[in-house]
Amino acid sequence: MQGLLRGLVYGGLIITVLMTATAWGMWLERKLAARMQSRIGPNVVGKFGLLQPVADLMKLLQKEEIYPIGADRLLFDLAPFLVTTFAIATAAVVPFSADAVGADLDVGILWVLALGGLMVIPVWMAGWASNNKFALIGGMRAVAQSISYGVPLVLTSLVAVVFTGTMSLSGMVKFQIAHGWLALWPPGPGVIAFLLFYMALLAESNRIPFDIPEAESELVAGITTEYTGMKFGLLYVGEYVHTMVGSAIAAVIFLGGWDGPFHIASGLHWMVIKTVALFASVYWVRWSLLRFRSDQLMRLCWVYLVPLSVGLVIFAALWRHFVLS
Amino acid sequence: MSMELILFYVLGGGALAFAAAMLLPNVGRNPIHSALSLVGTLFCLAGLYALLSAHLLSALQIIVYAGAVMVLFTFVIMLLNLQPDEIQPVRLTTLKVAAGIIGLFVFGKLITAITLAAGGAQSVDLTPHSAAIGGATWEGGFNGYGTIREVGRMLYTTFLVPFELVSVLLLVAAVGAVVLAKRSLHYIDAPTPPPAKLNRLANKPEAAATHDDHGHH
Repeated sequence: MQGLLRGLVYGGLIITVLMTATAWGMWLERKLAARMQSRIGPNVVGKFGLLQPVADLMKLLQKEEIYPIGADRLLFDLAPFLVTTFAIATAAVVPFSADAVGADLDVGILWVLALGGLMVIPVWMAGWASNNKFALIGGMRAVAQSISYGVPLVLTSLVAVVFTGTMSLSGMVKFQIAHGWLALWPPGPGVIAFLLFYMALLAESNRIPFDIPEAESELVAGITTEYTGMKFGLLYVGEYVHTMVGSAIAAVIFLGGWDGPFHIASGLHWMVIKTVALFASVYWVRWSLLRFRSDQLMRLCWVYLVPLSVGLVIFAALWRHFVLS
Repeated sequence: MSMELILFYVLGGGALAFAAAMLLPNVGRNPIHSALSLVGTLFCLAGLYALLSAHLLSALQIIVYAGAVMVLFTFVIMLLNLQPDEIQPVRLTTLKVAAGIIGLFVFGKLITAITLAAGGAQSVDLTPHSAAIGGATWEGGFNGYGTIREVGRMLYTTFLVPFELVSVLLLVAAVGAVVLAKRSLHYIDAPTPPPAKLNRLANKPEAAATHDDHGHH
């Protein structure tokens, strides 16, 4: 029973912290976007607009729930709930520090990839159940994109697995504490693998330049077109949580997790700094770049990213065999 | 009741409930709800694998079956967009009757095996010294059972030949799928004759013949 109690407490803590961090992550994004576009951004509710997320939540809670005609009500209701659940469940295996880890699975990275793959189902459910052309096309694009970018995501994770010789996320951090961060050492392939992983991550969480599933200029809002109120809120939050947890995972796999630079003052705070920096850089990219076309996305993935990541896997195996052993 | 027993009943009950839901008239008539309840069953099975400390198998079950395979299933079903009244009523065919009989036979065998095991007539030795799996003896026992290290070691030692054979089989299947999918592209790329001329000459026999020639390319 003690394991169950620990799980409940830790799970509750993760959900609370992630949701809070995500809410103010949205505030951070709006402020950054405003700064990049020479605007002020939210500044009315609270000091520096800091209470804006609370006001947004209150607004979403009061909105009317609308079901489109011909919608599949069961799936329409289930999809936003599942999107957020899967996004948060991924965080269960992320080691935030040497002690703060929910479940230190020996197949941690597989758990992350499994839930990322599973995320496609509720997204597609939302697109289909809305009975709306824009939502359906958005859902189809999301599935095509997730399946394609899943390949370089898995392959670059495999690079990290081959280098560190473990699939446990905390095992990877321990290896990096002993041998140097993967993004820095070995020089070259590590940082390429990190960038590829990061690109695939942007694509999986539908961020610009990979956000054709919800391209406003073509598809209204993609899968979220027909959603109102808190169900829209859950879809929206799910995407932000996905980006946040993805940043944390990239920090764990390639940037040494809770290890400080030169092992200075290692601990939870380094993990927070790295995650927030990666999270902010996602939005930096978002407000700086254009959106790719569908065919450009697919070509980028299958013609460049997949062969490059296969090459990296081979290099990692050779490095492991000749240098590390 | 121990923790594991409770989880076993929750996951096992969940798997059965999702499977049984497909028999409900309003779920069974709807292909998408049936497919998604299959996802639920597969997910519960993955939980049962984790309970048997086969973490690798559990994660792979979610990635391969609940994730990849079922995404394609639901994708195709949703694109077909069958309405419940378009689906033919269920008819009994010889194949279905045979499948039912085989299913009942396997079910009966399983019940017998479980009763025997519960009665203690057949006990399986899982103590960590050495164990025989499929005729091959594996020294080292079940110490690291289910962990990725042990699964990898067994795949590359005891079961190397079957493993390689299966991987060749999968490669053949993948190449075959690409060949089959590629064949339809040939027709899309083939130049189509301009429609205006065809309409005017449609009744003349030699015009029909030239059209036929085009079709074969």
